[in-house]
Amino acid sequence: MSKRTFSIGGVHPHDNKISRECALEQLPLAPKVYIQLSQHIGAPAKPVVAVGDKVKVGQPIAEPGGFVSAFIHSSVSGTVKAIGPVKDLAGNSQMCVEIEVEGDEWADGIDTTPTLVTEIPADNKAIIEKIRLGGVVGLGGATFPTHVKLSPPPGSTCERVIINGCECEPYLTSDFRTLLEKGEQVVVGAAILRQVMGNVPCTIAIEENKPEAIAHIREVIARLGYQGIEVMSMKMRYPQGGEKQLIDAVMRRQVGSGALPISVGAVVQNVATALAVYEAVQKNKPVVDNSVTVTGECFPRQANLIVRVGTPLKYIIDYLGGVPADAVKVISGGPMMGRAVANLDAPTLKGTSALLFLTEKQTKRAPASACIRCGKCADACPMGLEPFLLNRLAKASDMEALENNAVQDCIECGCCLYSCPANIPLLDNIRIAKGQVLGAIRARAAAAQAKK
Amino acid sequence: MTETIIWTVAVITVLGLVLSLVLYLVAKRFKVEEDPRIDLVEKAMPGANCGGCGFAGCRAFAEAAVKAPNLDNNYCPVGGNDTMSKVAEILGYEVKAKAPEVAVVRCNGSCAARPRINNYDGYASCKVKAALYSGDTGCSYGCLGCGDCVEACQFGAIHMDAETGLPVVDQDKCTACGACAKACPKNIIELRPKGPRGMREFVSCVNKDKGPVAKKACASACIGCGICLRTCTHGAIEFHDNIAYIDVSKCKLCRECEAVCPTGAIHGVNFPKPLDKEAVKERIKLRQQKKEDKKDE
Repeated sequence: MSKRTFSIGGVHPHDNKISRECALEQLPLAPKVYIQLSQHIGAPAKPVVAVGDKVKVGQPIAEPGGFVSAFIHSSVSGTVKAIGPVKDLAGNSQMCVEIEVEGDEWADGIDTTPTLVTEIPADNKAIIEKIRLGGVVGLGGATFPTHVKLSPPPGSTCERVIINGCECEPYLTSDFRTLLEKGEQVVVGAAILRQVMGNVPCTIAIEENKPEAIAHIREVIARLGYQGIEVMSMKMRYPQGGEKQLIDAVMRRQVGSGALPISVGAVVQNVATALAVYEAVQKNKPVVDNSVTVTGECFPRQANLIVRVGTPLKYIIDYLGGVPADAVKVISGGPMMGRAVANLDAPTLKGTSALLFLTEKQTKRAPASACIRCGKCADACPMGLEPFLLNRLAKASDMEALENNAVQDCIECGCCLYSCPANIPLLDNIRIAKGQVLGAIRARAAAAQAKK
Repeated sequence: MTETIIWTVAVITVLGLVLSLVLYLVAKRFKVEEDPRIDLVEKAMPGANCGGCGFAGCRAFAEAAVKAPNLDNNYCPVGGNDTMSKVAEILGYEVKAKAPEVAVVRCNGSCAARPRINNYDGYASCKVKAALYSGDTGCSYGCLGCGDCVEACQFGAIHMDAETGLPVVDQDKCTACGACAKACPKNIIELRPKGPRGMREFVSCVNKDKGPVAKKACASACIGCGICLRTCTHGAIEFHDNIAYIDVSKCKLCRECEAVCPTGAIHGVNFPKPLDKEAVKERIKLRQQKKEDKKDE
């Protein structure tokens, strides 16, 4: 049994990987896709196509709206029907490019053959530019533009690249299937990332509940003969896939409050991102699809699908036989950090990792009662915060105290809520307070800037 | 026995006298000079400590009012003009009379008009709900119905109507402190002048979506058709982001906009007679006819 895990907090929910035996399958093209212009952290992209334009798969349809932003490509070939607001899965209006699908014609220069290209170009700058042009963002969920992460600020050095294959969220299996079926591509992607960061060692971290993946990747590394890449088996614990937790587990280094992983010499990329990097650099293929787990005990036709970005959720669900009668809630993402879907007509994004169906019994939340001061939330918090205190301060709107108690460090993993015996909505309140404190900090920075 | 009692009484009496002398001297020596008017102003205040004036409580208001050069920025909405004239008398300032205000809920998307399209089973707080998603109806601007405003009101002036699912303001109890307006994450509640004999006219909707979208989500939404704008002869109606807004200072309470509104998003309250829509529409028609006749001539 492996002993590597992060040092403080965490919980151990049942992993429920019921769709682990479902091989990756390609979802047929939807008749229409809605590609959202804000699919990443940072400024929304600016559209470069107009209504009526013909587009091909992989053709850029929007360019970055700032440094921290990303290209967005058409995921289908067809005609642009509209550019306007479409309701996202939370029911809020988001700018989308609506494309009617006609055939499946790929843009020039994209290699769609399955041959593995192992030779990595030598020019690192050219590689980063290719990643930028490919619209690659962190596909683990945070969707932070990858080229920004790979361009560390001057003065900081990278000592290790970590490929995150933990998939610590219950139910999710898309990264597991990617490792099993596209292991070669992920390893080449890891080798590219390692070379870009200056030939530093690379660790592929996989939790021990995926022994097949660990064995397969070890075999692939040996077969392809890459040096400096190792596989690390991790003890199961949530939220191991959190960036700071994984650095702690792998490198035994703690990232300070408000600091970036590069400050301790680490760069963390998800398995799906490594695959996207491989495709962008070796195959010229931008991010036009991603793998989505569709699962749930009440969902009979579980699957790991490769879905084109912008496909309406309803189309995916109908393809698999529709919403089961006893499902009352659909969650986009895992059960711990995912968000309930309020609008099934919403399109998928680059970062959509799963659709999870839950029954009423599974979702029922017991009424909140008074805090009994048991301290379980503080034990469970992987960031070493005191959720009970933050909750109380959030209710009193004490912004100064909230900031002093590092509410900004909260990664919204939900461990406090999961462990609370009184069912207090700790995370709900803390998340709001976090937003308010962020607003206050930004306002202060703006005021300081104005003074200068 | 008697001796013990006498001694006890004597010791305690002497001790009391000595300590009171000490306290007297300390109080004299370390007296903090404070404007006596602060106490007077505080006494004149309602004492609700609601924070409606923008200060932490009545005492803080009194301290600020005494220091301020005039009373332009200090107004107690709870006490209103009566309290403020008393305060002005104490401080020797002049006070501008303000029209009394009342909290107005600008959403009329009742359960019947605005069907639920999903079930919210999270924590019952509008703030939490608004942070999670757009709400359990098709309208992403309207009332979320969890009652944060009810909780915020210290005067018991708001309750949720079980039938409509919307908050109702008791205008007699409302002091216009603005706590509900601050608590509402959707900014639905607005403080508006009470109006002559409580009569007021307002657009009870804040949906900025385009007409068809708004109408699909809620049968009584303002669809931004602009018919009120064209009808109003007083220029009281402003139009921004597909939504009409009635400027109180210009509104003459003729109720024409209310009569022509196709969705019933414009509300008039406390009018002595119920609105006869047909009669008002007839009146508007005649007036427009006359106008056209004049043009033709």
